[in-house]
Parts: sequence; C-alpha cells; structure tokens
Amino acid sequence: MMKTLNTLPIGTTGKIQEVNVTPSLKRRLFDLGFIPGSLITPIYPSVLGDPIAYSIRGITIALRNQDAQEIFLE
Amino acid sequence: MDSRTSPASSMFSSSQTQHHPSYDYTIAIAGNPNVGKSTIFNQLTGMHQHTGNWPGKTVANAVGFTNYRNQNFRFVDIPGTYSLMSHSEEEEIARDYICFSKPDLTVVILDATCLERSLNLVYQIMEITPHLLVCVNLLDEAKKKGIEIDLDRLSAILGVPVVGTIARKKKTIDSLLDAILKACHNRESLSPRPLLYPSFLESCIHTLESPLQQILTKSHSYLSRWVALKLLDGDPILQKKIQENLFSDQSESFLTSHLQSYLKLCDSILEEHHQNRQNLKDLLSECFIHQAEIVCQQVLIQRKKANRLEEKLDRILTSKCFGIPIMIAFLGCILWLTIIGANYPSQLLSQFFGKGQELFQNCLIEISCPDWLLSLLVDGIYGTVTWIVSVMLPPMAIFFPLFTLLEDFGFLPRIAFNLDHLFCKAGSSRETIPYDVYGIWLQCSRNYWLSYY
Repeated sequence: MMKTLNTLPIGTTGKIQEVNVTPSLKRRLFDLGFIPGSLITPIYPSVLGDPIAYSIRGITIALRNQDAQEIFLE
Repeated sequence: MDSRTSPASSMFSSSQTQHHPSYDYTIAIAGNPNVGKSTIFNQLTGMHQHTGNWPGKTVANAVGFTNYRNQNFRFVDIPGTYSLMSHSEEEEIARDYICFSKPDLTVVILDATCLERSLNLVYQIMEITPHLLVCVNLLDEAKKKGIEIDLDRLSAILGVPVVGTIARKKKTIDSLLDAILKACHNRESLSPRPLLYPSFLESCIHTLESPLQQILTKSHSYLSRWVALKLLDGDPILQKKIQENLFSDQSESFLTSHLQSYLKLCDSILEEHHQNRQNLKDLLSECFIHQAEIVCQQVLIQRKKANRLEEKLDRILTSKCFGIPIMIAFLGCILWLTIIGANYPSQLLSQFFGKGQELFQNCLIEISCPDWLLSLLVDGIYGTVTWIVSVMLPPMAIFFPLFTLLEDFGFLPRIAFNLDHLFCKAGSSRETIPYDVYGIWLQCSRNYWLSYY
C-alpha cells in the first residue's frame, strides 16, 4: 500500500512519487511544482479539516483531501 | 478611458487604437497572477483599472497608452497565468497574444517572493518570443522575508535585461520604462537563452526544426523550436491555430502532411528512450520546473528566516476556535456598515435631488412646458433616476471598497479555504466562492430595496 499525501501528518515532509489526478488538474499541479521528486509539507488544515494547506517549493497551496489522496509519496 | 477588447475575436485587430492613431511600440505585460501586474500596468499608463485576485480577473486584454521620451507606447495587459500549457482560457489568450500578435516587446513580471514559480513562465515565454524583458516585482516584500536576488546574474543567465521594481515607487517604474525603451531600440540584440531539454528531446526538435525553417517566413523563424515541440505533443486545437496564423496560405493539413515522415522519425527516437508523445507535456513541465530550480539556486540569497507573523495570523484565522467567529464578525461588520452606514448619505442625496427637482420643475414651467411632458420629465424620468441613484449608490460606494480591502489583505482566500468543504457539499466549485459572498450582498440589497417602499 503506497502512502498518499492526505495521510501525511501536519509538519512532516514527504517526497512526491506520482500525481494520479484528472489530466486537467494534473497539468495545473505540475505547473505549480507538484512533480515527482518535489518535497511537500502539510502546514495547517482549514477549520473543517478539509482542505489542507501545503508548503511546496516555497509556496503555499491548499488542496482538497479528495485530490491529495491521489498524490502518492515515496 | 477604458478600451478593453473582447477575448479572442478583436484581439488581432487594431480597432482599439482609434483614440491614439499612432504609437511606436506595443508592449505586452505578462506574468503570474497576483504579482502586481495590473498595478504596474496602471502605473505605466496612468490608468485606474481595478485590481483584484480572484480567478479570471483580467480575462480580456486591457490596453493603455503612455508617452516616454517622445516615444508613444501602447501597453497591453494580458491575463496572469502560471504556465502556457494548461489550456485555461486565460492561458490561451496570453499565449496567442504573445505568439501571434507579435508585440514589439513582452515584459514578464516576476514575483520576487516566489521566483521559482515565476521563472517557469519566463522559460515558456522565451520559447515563443525572443523579445522579452524581465521585471522582478515585489522586491520590498521579498526583503521583508529576507530574500535577496542577484538581478545581474539573473540577466546573464536568461540572456535578457532584468529590472527590479517596487510597484508603488515611482522611481523604480521610471527605471522600468528606461529599460523598456532601451530594449525596444535594441530589439535585435536581445538573445534569450531558452531551456535545453534532455538530449533525446533535443534531437527530436532538431529533426523537425530543419524542415520547419524552410517553410516558416523569416519573421516567424524564431518559432521553429516551439512549433516543433507543439507538433510533437499533438494538441489539435493549437496546431490548427499555428496552421491558421503561420501558414495561412497553405491547405489545412499542410503542416502534418508535410512533416509526416519527420514526425515518424521522432516517434522512434522517443520510443528508444521509453517515452511517447502522450506524456511529453508532463516531461516538458518537469524540465521547466527543474530549470527554474537550478536558476533560483544561483541567484537567490536567503538572508534570514522568513517573517513568521503572516504564518501566525494564518494559524489564528484557520484555527478551530477562532476561524469561523472572526470570519462571521468581519463579514457582519461589513454588512452592518453597508446597511446602516448607507442610510445617511442616502438621505443627503435624496434631499439634494429633491431640491434639484423643484428647480427643474420651475424651469420647465417657466418655458411653459405642457403638463403631460412636465410630469413625464420631472416625476417620471428625473424622479426615478435620482431615486435609484440615492438608494443604490451609497451602499455600493461603501460595500465594494471595503470588500476590495478584505480581498487585498488576503482575507477572502482564507474564507474560501475555511468554507471550501461546506461549499463543496452545496455543490459549488472553488472558483465561485467570492461570487457566493457577493450573493449575500445581493440578497441584502434586495431586502433593503423593499424596505424603502
């Protein structure tokens, strides 16, 4: 069972292995730096726990859990 | 003077130039969203285009003019994008404008606080035009975060002029104008260094480039590399556009049929390296990002740890106990200010218009206007128009600036972040949240409207 981004505890850093979302979202995420090998850290959840804000390549991006569970980590 | 053009249709026409029949140079302003692009555009042109940062802010190209050292410049503010490869409407408008409308110079505005993401776009734009100038904006914000950028080094690496700006400071805008003027005069000496792909991709590009060089006109020969890549990744809509704009005198399937054998050759090269044309786009994006990373490592100087204040605020605004109450309090305040605060200017306005009405009526009686016309003009037209103005203008004049302020402070994105889950359940997409909040406003103004009866 591969580890997915939504299971990564807040404050810990993971390395992206594969982005397995819909093609249009994949293009957008790739453009923002969600490419295999990028380091990513969840920094804080929103009030309701979904979405979660992630720090990647020096920027902060919020991802919904349903999308984050399609991003696999090494 | 607001001479916006419609997205695609009139983009290539020159109809919007009617107020300024002559200009020496056309300058496109490109960049990521939220890097102060519109602010710089307004500073350059003296226009007051509203700036905001919800998706699709600048969906059409805004056009403005300025005169600097006896040269007339026409500035085109194109939509802000992170990339030119995702096929959103904004990206297509931006790409098509730079590529096919051929501005004399494209100024790419970079965000000094996240240079890496901005550089990704620079490398993509470099593939479609050699005439570009890089402007690193938000230097003040970067300084606060302890980031310094070696602009000369960046210029040497990119092969194009680089200017640093702080959009609010007039002096830095002048140095930007100086650099633009200089770049326009020496357009031919601009020699950007586009990204080099892995060797097997480069050999694919070379395979297609030589036949392309023979069929492209001289003014488009720079595009041969980019056209080769786009033929490889096989996006039919873009290929049709390339065909229409660069080979308009040829038959429809000219490009693909002319290059069929070369494309087959590329396929075999890709196959040798366990790649195919379907995943080429991913590969290209990865190359851009790695290149941006490498350049950043060479030009970025991180002095001290980033300022943590913003992060702390974020934690409070998104925390379980304070997030929602603070949010409700803020929006409640704004609505209260709008509804209660607007009553006073409304009353003043209606008193003012009431006096005007008497005056207007007396004038009409003076020129012995017939009764039916008098009642039509005074009670009908004048009465209705002034009544609408006095009821609607004050709440709008209060609400929208306040809302813009919240937006500028980044409060709205945090609301979107906190409420996304609920809005998702209600079936609305992420992009609509600012408009849903406007929905509350519309609801209120309607009740307000009724209460006046």
